[in-house]
Amino acid sequence: MPALSIAPYTTEEFEDFLSRRDEPTWLVERRRRAFEQFLQLDWPSRSHEEWIRTDIRMFHPERYSLPGATPPQPATGVPSGQMKLEAVAGRIVSVDSSAVSATLDSSLREQGVRFQSLSAGLDEAPDWLVEQLMTRAFDSSYDRFAALHAACWSGGALLHVPAGVRVELPFHLLSAITDGNVDFGHLFVRLEADAEATLVCETESLGGADGFHCGGVELLVGPRARLRFVTYQNWSRRTWHFAHQKACVDADGELEWTVGALGSRLAKVNQTVELEGRGARCRVNGTMFTEGRQHLAYHTLQHHRQSHGTSDFLYKTALQDESRTVWRGMIRVEPEAQRTDGYQRCDNLMLSRLARADSIPGLEIEADDVRCTHGSTTGTVDDEMLFYAMSRGFTRREAARMIVTGFFQHVFDRVSVPSVRDALARAIATRVRECD
Amino acid sequence: MTDTLTIRDLHVSVENKPILHGVNLEIRRGETHALMGPNGSGKSTLGLAIMGHPKYVVTSGQILLNDEDIVDWTPDQRARHGIFYAFQRPIAIPGVKMADFLRHATTNVRNPERREGEELVPMREFRKELKEKMGQLHMDLEFARRYVNDGFSGGEMKRAEILQLAMLQPKFAILDETDSGLDADAVRLASESIAKIGRDSMGLLIITHHDKLLEHNPPQFTHVMLGGRLVETGGPELAIELHRDGYERIRQKYPEADADNRAMEQVEAGI
Ligand SMILES: Nc1ncnc2c1ncn2[C@@H]1O[C@H](COP(=O)(O)OP(=O)(O)OP(=O)(O)O)[C@@H](O)[C@H]1O
Ligand SMILES: [Mg+2]
Repeated sequence: MPALSIAPYTTEEFEDFLSRRDEPTWLVERRRRAFEQFLQLDWPSRSHEEWIRTDIRMFHPERYSLPGATPPQPATGVPSGQMKLEAVAGRIVSVDSSAVSATLDSSLREQGVRFQSLSAGLDEAPDWLVEQLMTRAFDSSYDRFAALHAACWSGGALLHVPAGVRVELPFHLLSAITDGNVDFGHLFVRLEADAEATLVCETESLGGADGFHCGGVELLVGPRARLRFVTYQNWSRRTWHFAHQKACVDADGELEWTVGALGSRLAKVNQTVELEGRGARCRVNGTMFTEGRQHLAYHTLQHHRQSHGTSDFLYKTALQDESRTVWRGMIRVEPEAQRTDGYQRCDNLMLSRLARADSIPGLEIEADDVRCTHGSTTGTVDDEMLFYAMSRGFTRREAARMIVTGFFQHVFDRVSVPSVRDALARAIATRVRECD
Repeated sequence: MTDTLTIRDLHVSVENKPILHGVNLEIRRGETHALMGPNGSGKSTLGLAIMGHPKYVVTSGQILLNDEDIVDWTPDQRARHGIFYAFQRPIAIPGVKMADFLRHATTNVRNPERREGEELVPMREFRKELKEKMGQLHMDLEFARRYVNDGFSGGEMKRAEILQLAMLQPKFAILDETDSGLDADAVRLASESIAKIGRDSMGLLIITHHDKLLEHNPPQFTHVMLGGRLVETGGPELAIELHRDGYERIRQKYPEADADNRAMEQVEAGI
């Protein structure tokens, strides 16, 4: 074990990190630049607008080393995940930010599809990857976590689907953390024109691990391409989860993004969709369930840059115990983006009087011919519904479960991957204990 | 021994306001009772108190199911022991499919000892039975895929209540204005269905302001509620009289109860 440093991630540690890796110069230079940014930035504090409601004073980054600094721990279990995917196009399993297995259907490989650990994909990196990795859908200067990720990311995955290739079966990425360790995985997805794919990403902590995730996601959806993307976040309640996730959708491209936010002790996620081409479409199906003392903060941005785009973000959240959520949604419409159709909504269901949900919808519209609607609601499980169900033989808890699941049904109905829908419904139903 | 539901000197308050002032009633399985009375007299309150609605607090008296006082039982315990209340105003549960709701309800009611998480009744058998019962009620199968009472018309809700009655086959059923909101044909169908579902094996308490339901299900007993009391009990002819002549005679005969009823009506009207 390296000694704990009070100021975590010193230049020395960073150099050690680099020396353990044998990476091309262009990448090392990028990492160094990001590390400079990291050194110049402070950890976010509550004086930053985005962090007013999210307090990370209990987060001690010095407890966690950079990826690869500690030798792999004897396995405390095998990552298994919650998705019951019967067949997959490819699967990557990663533990503590490094891939332990990777498979890809051989006929897809022959069609030029790539699905591999991102680190492995850099050996013969194509020009477009060199050009676009963390330059288009990632901003390393956004905050200190973004800079740390850009400097020290490790593992993760690369999915590339060439023009016109349509992949029916889902790709599966399962990332796990072991106790005291980190996941700094970076996900880079690129669908070329007219390509189609489904990618299901899930996370878990082995043995209820205490861990630190500092992640990044880049999704590049080409013209008329169609991506179904799922992030099923199921870290243990001792894991710190920070992530910057961004998608760029080209003309007439389509993105369906399902979010299952269930785990972590504290999460701060920036989810951005850039509608970059004319007629780009995006739909977000968000589900959050929090309990205990969990704190989940989601900051979403639907950024319309070109005309005729549609974006539809629906989040549903149920909160149990003393948990807390923050949802801050923004629709931004640039002057060029006429005929935009933007929608955002967050509904909260309070299962406890001690829970708290803050929803802050926002609009910034600079075009005049647009339709944008937003809203949020907060309610409790209705006593009359409970009584109605109980009068038909449901126990109070069964009734509460059913009503809570019903609350989410509208989002589930929008999820086009059945195994994801089922996993979400199961996860939520088993978490509901009672409601005041 | 015939199963018996006995209401003994029942006093019920809602939000600390006394509504029922000592109700006595005995229903045996196989009997049909009509419960009539002007608006706001406390009929639904009696039904909800028997079902165990937490807002309808029993301040004294007993609800006995075969000599066992069930006042402290939860609503689901009561349901699992054969008590059913068809709501005057059914509640919508968005996102929950009628078929899933009914399958779970049927499982629990038929297996009163079932614990949470144990198997539900097998899907195939359940589907078959549901289809059959929906057919008898002339209900479209699409209905089962809709969310419980969500966006149902008044008549659809009442039919859905009868469907649940048919599936759950209780020992005692309180039908609270199950005939209101139904068109003439639907009332006839509902009335016949109730008879078919097993009027003879159920103890029925029919709350109604109309006569069609009673025509098809002639009551052996008619009770009149006024101001939170059962002021009179008679045979089928009493129901006919009240339909024909209204409550004037009753109001004059029981001025004290009438005064209470008027006071409650005023509260209800927000005066
Ligand atoms: N949940 C409630 N909250 C407040 N008051 C109530 C509630 N339920 C019933 N009451 C009051 O109790 C009294 C009896 O109401 P109830 O619904 O039992 O009458 P009813 O005989 O069923 O009338 P109707 O024929 O109109 O259905 C009324 O004054 C009503 O306002
Ligand atoms: Mg009533």
